[in-house]
Amino acid sequence: MLELKNITYRAGGRDIINNINLKIDEKFVAFTGPNGGGKSTLAKLISGIYTPTDGKIFFDGRDITDMSITDRARLGISYAFQQPVRFKGITVKDLVSVASGKSLSVGEVCDYLSEVGLCARDYVNREINASLSGGELKRIEIATILARGTELSIFDEPEAGIDLWSFNNLIAVFEKISREINGSIIIISHQERILNIADRIIVLSEGQVKDDGTKDEILPGLLRPAACPALTNKT
Amino acid sequence: MELDNIQKHMLEQIAGLHEVPQGAYNLRSNGESIGRSVTENIDIVTRSDNMGIEIYIKPNTKNESVHIPVILSQSGLEDVVYNDFHIGENADVVIVAGCGIHNGGSKNSQHNGIHTFYVGKGARVKYIEKHYGIGDGDGKNIMNPQTIINIDDDGYMEMDSLQIKGVDSTYRITKGVLGARATLIVSEKILTHGSQSATTDFDAQLNGADCSAHIVSRSVARDNSKQLFISNIEGNSRCSGHTECDAILMDNGTVSAEPKITANCLDASLIHEAAIGKIAGEQLIKLMTLGLNEKEAEDRIINGFLQ
Repeated sequence: MLELKNITYRAGGRDIINNINLKIDEKFVAFTGPNGGGKSTLAKLISGIYTPTDGKIFFDGRDITDMSITDRARLGISYAFQQPVRFKGITVKDLVSVASGKSLSVGEVCDYLSEVGLCARDYVNREINASLSGGELKRIEIATILARGTELSIFDEPEAGIDLWSFNNLIAVFEKISREINGSIIIISHQERILNIADRIIVLSEGQVKDDGTKDEILPGLLRPAACPALTNKT
Repeated sequence: MELDNIQKHMLEQIAGLHEVPQGAYNLRSNGESIGRSVTENIDIVTRSDNMGIEIYIKPNTKNESVHIPVILSQSGLEDVVYNDFHIGENADVVIVAGCGIHNGGSKNSQHNGIHTFYVGKGARVKYIEKHYGIGDGDGKNIMNPQTIINIDDDGYMEMDSLQIKGVDSTYRITKGVLGARATLIVSEKILTHGSQSATTDFDAQLNGADCSAHIVSRSVARDNSKQLFISNIEGNSRCSGHTECDAILMDNGTVSAEPKITANCLDASLIHEAAIGKIAGEQLIKLMTLGLNEKEAEDRIINGFLQ
């Protein structure tokens, strides 16, 4: 489905991503590793927000390296931001409708919001502005990705910036998504409970793939404190 | 009363009306009143100086509306009108005003509407005002509305004003004087394009104890248009006041904000906020990751912002 060939991304005089080669066909893949290791950059390269300095990206065998963000989105790639964007005047219903590509009824928007554990009635007509908490914004961000229903969905640290109560619910949401989604998921996470539902874990550090394997192969090593101090099971 | 197509189009744009409205109304076209209707509770009379109308709403009038749209379709006309609204105690009404200019000629068309509100004790008013211009002539469409708002004790007024298209030059003045526990909420939306200019000038005097004013202007300046936001709130008693200018710049548009707040009482609590800038890149990127192209994303952001 997704293939990265010799991907390098250089910025500020250094290689943020350094010659990465990956083939991803699994349903649920987790990128993990220390902060600054290149995880978010790689996700942005896949979704088209950044353009690689060198290398090629293939999606279903098609070279998408020079394709715009919009064209990649239309082809079937979704990206959930680590820090969801706020919009003055755009409501939750508007954004979920844009994501789905059609004008949704209140009932349909409610279905997506319920999926992420939001009481839909309270949110449908809310503006996506500073009045929403970090946890609420994260859930709405995830709902937009569910509404798109694309072949590949990338989630950039969905657990970042949310409280413990929201986090427990978030795990349940991803367990459900992993069971029910038709396409594939790449999720960037530091959380053991999220890594625990992944089919494959890729450890990125210093812009390179440091480790790559199944959950059973990778997770035990990560949980030893010395292996990766950035990883923690605490929220 | 028969309306021609231009009048119908204007009415739809400024008042959301497809036909002559229900209830009380006064329709002014090219400087003259061409239709009027009153109800048992709402009376409309021509001023003694013939320079406008006076609207009298009886105390305790509930769930009624007044429409007073103005249409100018004759190029070169300069129309000045004084309309006074007397809203009786404990009334609860909706007032829809607005001006549409269709200028197909080479001369400037101008409408200066001076609206003065006297909101009685405990009365509630929702006032909606839209300004719209159209026409392929060289003449400018000029609108200089003034809204003078006097709110008595426990009164409440909410004003929504919208100017989206076709007004070449505007100087808008909105003044409020508030009594005890009175509330004034103003929401203004302005989009300028081409070489248009818009100045909006607010002044609120918070005189009564526990009164409050909330004045928010959202605007978009496209092309080579220019905007100036002036806001002055004076807290003269225990009160709360908030003024906010939020502007998006596009192309070569320019926006200047001059908010001023003055507390003349220890218990006055006043806030001003002003933010001017182009559309945030991350907003465009987010919508593009949802499948919109850059132009579609921009339109969606602007439409939402001015919704």
